Amino acid sequence: MAGQTLYDKLFESHLVRTNEDGSSLIYIDRQVLHEVTSPQAFEGLRIAGRKPWRIDANIATPDHNVPTTERSGGVDQIVDPVSKIQVKTLDENCDEFGILEFKMNDHNQGIVHVMAPEQGAVLPGCTAVCGDSHTATLGALGALAHGVGTSEVEHVLATQCLITKKMKNMLVRVDGELGVGVTPKDVVLHVIGVIGTAGGTGYAIEFGGEVFRAMSMEGRMTVCNMAIEAGARVGLVSVDQITIDYFEGRPFAPKGEQWDTAVAQWQGLVSDTDAEFDEVVVIQAADIEPQVTWGTSPEMVVGVSSQVPNPANETDQVKIDGINRALQYMGLNADQKITDIKLDRVFIGSCTNSRIEDLRDAAKIVEGRQVADNIIQALVVPGSGLVKTQAEEEGLDKIFTAAGLEWREPGCSMCLAMNPDKLGNGEHCASTSNRNFEGRQGFGGRTHLVSPAMAAAAAVTGHFIDVRELIKPELVK
Amino acid sequence: MNKFTLHTGIAAPMDRANIDTDMIIPKQFLKSIKRSGFGKNLFDELRYLDEGQPDQDCVGRPLNQEFVLNQARYQGASVLLARENFGCGSSREHAPWALDDYGFRSVIAPSFAEIFYNNCFKNGLLPIVLSDEQVEQLFAETAATEGYELSVDLQRQVVVTPSGQEIAFEIDDFRKHCLLNGLDDIGLTLQHADDIRAYEEKRRQSSPWLFDAIK
Repeated sequence: MAGQTLYDKLFESHLVRTNEDGSSLIYIDRQVLHEVTSPQAFEGLRIAGRKPWRIDANIATPDHNVPTTERSGGVDQIVDPVSKIQVKTLDENCDEFGILEFKMNDHNQGIVHVMAPEQGAVLPGCTAVCGDSHTATLGALGALAHGVGTSEVEHVLATQCLITKKMKNMLVRVDGELGVGVTPKDVVLHVIGVIGTAGGTGYAIEFGGEVFRAMSMEGRMTVCNMAIEAGARVGLVSVDQITIDYFEGRPFAPKGEQWDTAVAQWQGLVSDTDAEFDEVVVIQAADIEPQVTWGTSPEMVVGVSSQVPNPANETDQVKIDGINRALQYMGLNADQKITDIKLDRVFIGSCTNSRIEDLRDAAKIVEGRQVADNIIQALVVPGSGLVKTQAEEEGLDKIFTAAGLEWREPGCSMCLAMNPDKLGNGEHCASTSNRNFEGRQGFGGRTHLVSPAMAAAAAVTGHFIDVRELIKPELVK
Repeated sequence: MNKFTLHTGIAAPMDRANIDTDMIIPKQFLKSIKRSGFGKNLFDELRYLDEGQPDQDCVGRPLNQEFVLNQARYQGASVLLARENFGCGSSREHAPWALDDYGFRSVIAPSFAEIFYNNCFKNGLLPIVLSDEQVEQLFAETAATEGYELSVDLQRQVVVTPSGQEIAFEIDDFRKHCLLNGLDDIGLTLQHADDIRAYEEKRRQSSPWLFDAIK
């Protein structure tokens, strides 16, 4: 019999029962809650007179709506009245049900997918859900994490279980070693370019191979975060010593004897060498250069040395229509060089790229340089209060502000522009976020997804440039 | 939850692949803490020429006359025809809430994003997967005939065209059962509360650090 994949192991170890129709009930160890997708779930519980099944399985923080400018005045000073109600509603619901919440001005507050791992609230071997599709991020920990809708948030609150069907297994293997200036973001954008925005639909994608084994936990989180942009609800990386070292000493990680037991368990959270995947995609690291999206879907991506595609080179009509529509929305011409795209704003942040290593990468590039004159605004938004403090201890905030970038409070910010951070109509943005959909970062806004280093390079030059041209010799390995 | 048994209504064609959830319901409308009232902002950025605001009265906003749902022939449409990977992007259940609130009861496409597909069933909205060729045929027939209506018969798992042609579709037995009867998932799951408790006890023994840590 063939061995098991990591996904198979996580799924089977959480199976409560299989129903007659083939659907399964799996136990959920952790639910992470935020203000946007939870109010209707709590309301549903109240209407039905139900209580949460298990309070200590939940943790909450507001992130999508919170302002990232000075906010010591608290929730009452949120200017947008609708945002204010939503953040207040989360506070009230968590207080009412006794759920631990890091409130807006708590030092531990942050973007859900940054906060949960750094607190050790989600651990290897866990199942976790959150009413947010980027919950796939947590698969980097060796956890089975699903993004769910609000009805499922309510279902997990009430039953501690999720009704699901077993997914198929896909292995994305990247062999070799990444070049200097090529980052985890470039890897995942390249992968999406290869398999397409629906290529992972129905699969749990495990990222394997030398590149991911050598990658830090933060890099793995960046990669798994965007599994959903390839259509996969679940991204995974097998546990290794890097995973285990990451969790030691985290607030909600096990301690003492329990730590040793946990580590022994976690070491088994790997795909067996003879595991069979339904689909295997092999990519060579040497083929990956810094990536830039030119269109309105994450699969519309090319290397920075390349150019905007020409629909004349396509044969499929749906694809031709898609390219034409994207070119029109983005205000770009077919065959235009990527490095000729002029930018208006830069956003460094989001659940994809707001962790300390991302900020260090960006700071290295802007240090000693100045934001270009044509850039109206360059924002740096740390992923959590803890990331912010660490960055300040390392002096990164000073590097950013000296270069003319703004240093903000933690939150989702311009990734989806639910708070006041947004693009103006027609503006081009070099963004480290995860979606370049029409209007995502603001009405009529034009998003180009890139790595933190590439965004930083764009900030100081005013247009896209291969970041490797700016990397100082001493940073080259 | 609303039941879904048999529905007949005007079909409207959204001739575009990868319709994402930001397009279905833009982010500024997600700030509501209610489940209803999203219909007037369905496809807001495609449907209107200006930027929509939450709690705004949409009567009198400038309409994009070229957008399919603004055309006279598709008024009252309740079956949406779409292309591949419909509903990709975020997990926001506001997307099916908006479609449902607008009046759609079913969406027919060659493929759907998983979270969106799943969310539909929780809201009495039936997503139907047909082949590329079948969807293409429905697009062509819709374009050719004003007032073109489709019937969706969930019990028999068929889409029926005005000519009487029946196109079969697949659906999970469990989901079908829940939709036909308007059943609440939570109530069904709680029937297995003993199984959940038994599992939980085992879990507490094997991984005690996952219990009573977060408080």
